[in-house]
Amino acid sequence: MCGIVGLFLKDKALEPQLGTLLAGMLNVMTDRGPDSAGFAVYGSGDAEHVKLTVRGRDLEGVAAAIGGEVDSVVRDSHLVLSFPKDKEDHVREWLATHRPDLVVIGSGHRIELYKEVGLPADVARRFDLEGMSGTHGIGHTRMATESAVTTDGAHPFSTGADQCLVHNGSLSNHRSLRRWLEPQGITFATDNDSEVAAGYLSWKLREGATLAEALEASLEDLDGFFTFVVGTESGFAVVRDPISCKPAVMAETDQYVAFGSEYRALVGLPGIENARVFEPEPARVYAWERN
Amino acid sequence: MPVIDLATASRRSLNAELHALPANTNETLWRVENPQGQHALAVGLDAPIKVEIAGHAGYYCAGMNKQATVIVEGNAGVGVAENMMSGMVHVKGDASQSAGATAHGGLLVIDGDASARCGISMKGIDIVVKGSIGPMSAFMGQSGTLVVLGDAGDALGDSIYEARLFVRGTVKSLGADCVQKEMREEHRVELRRLLDAAGLPDVQADEFTRYGSARTLYNFHVDNAAAY
Repeated sequence: MCGIVGLFLKDKALEPQLGTLLAGMLNVMTDRGPDSAGFAVYGSGDAEHVKLTVRGRDLEGVAAAIGGEVDSVVRDSHLVLSFPKDKEDHVREWLATHRPDLVVIGSGHRIELYKEVGLPADVARRFDLEGMSGTHGIGHTRMATESAVTTDGAHPFSTGADQCLVHNGSLSNHRSLRRWLEPQGITFATDNDSEVAAGYLSWKLREGATLAEALEASLEDLDGFFTFVVGTESGFAVVRDPISCKPAVMAETDQYVAFGSEYRALVGLPGIENARVFEPEPARVYAWERN
Repeated sequence: MPVIDLATASRRSLNAELHALPANTNETLWRVENPQGQHALAVGLDAPIKVEIAGHAGYYCAGMNKQATVIVEGNAGVGVAENMMSGMVHVKGDASQSAGATAHGGLLVIDGDASARCGISMKGIDIVVKGSIGPMSAFMGQSGTLVVLGDAGDALGDSIYEARLFVRGTVKSLGADCVQKEMREEHRVELRRLLDAAGLPDVQADEFTRYGSARTLYNFHVDNAAAY
């Protein structure tokens, strides 16, 4: 069991509340996943800058040590570095050389990604999720099955720029898929099955597929149980395996599209009483793009 | 009429109050406000009462019901009316997976759609779905009747025993050993009774197609011996 949530805003007026709404949804899903929690938020940013989310200790002073036009925000065990995109190689090299203890867990123009072991409410509080604004976000509460309860095993997983995935379920062919993807240049940081699903989608997107096409293909190539919620810089998508082994409920209004493992996760959303609430069908891709 | 507001009262206290009712109770109409998708609402009832749930319910709503009428004024989550023995459950919105699973009796009416595995392993329940049902519905259905005004998804009635299936719309595919069957007078009578019970006097029994077991999986076939 795991809990997953996602919120994709259509109404700009709600953007300052994204973090608060997502934190509420995540907290309700504690019953489905008390081991660890994580979330990705698509916040401010532009095409000329890159954001790296870095996890580790002793984060104060990292940006200053890198030097140049590097901005940083430290939130508990995570650090978000923002800098002009032509500095990305330099920043990554600096980190690898001077701070090999730090792990880059997300990168892109707008994505910020946070995850930790612990109860979802505590994790959200440590990173001040409620204070975050953005256009869309996804979150996960984990009850571990396929790999250990570690921060590495927490979701979301990000294997490409501005891409992230949360997964409820377990995959049975992740080993063979990993062996196939690695020679294609997709790298994995953990032994987790869900990271392989993220890597698979990154590979498909890299090959030119749209988000919806990548998810359509995953229905053929992934074996196991899954409900996925996926974010990209401008997109948000949901897919369930053909026998819909894992639960899913969605709500759509003029203001947002929301996903929850259970309806309970959605009850705090504005206007939910009048939302179109529906259960996504098995083996059908649901995708939205920002205009 | 007792009103239980789940914004303040706990689900356990609601169920405990309903379980404590004597068979001859005069408190026969209950209203549950702010259900907010909570699980296991009004489960295990065994009294001739009516419980109205004012909104969406979570998993296993009205499970194991006996005698009571439970009305969900919204959607119901996984396993609504699972293992119902008697009484009636009426979902005014959609139902999630495994609606009416393993239920032995009673009537489940769903005004909207039901998703996958509706009536899985049904053992005597009557289910009327006014919308459509998802894949793998009535899987291993043993007895009872499933009536669908809309369409049915893949593998309807897979490995079915003696449950009777009536579908007005299209069936995406039939499961193993499930076949279309002729509609005889006894079936029309039964279907008429259920349509009336579900408040559908204008829907005609002749609009439906009947499906059921070909009974070829009942006994081991010696030709399959080599498969083991």
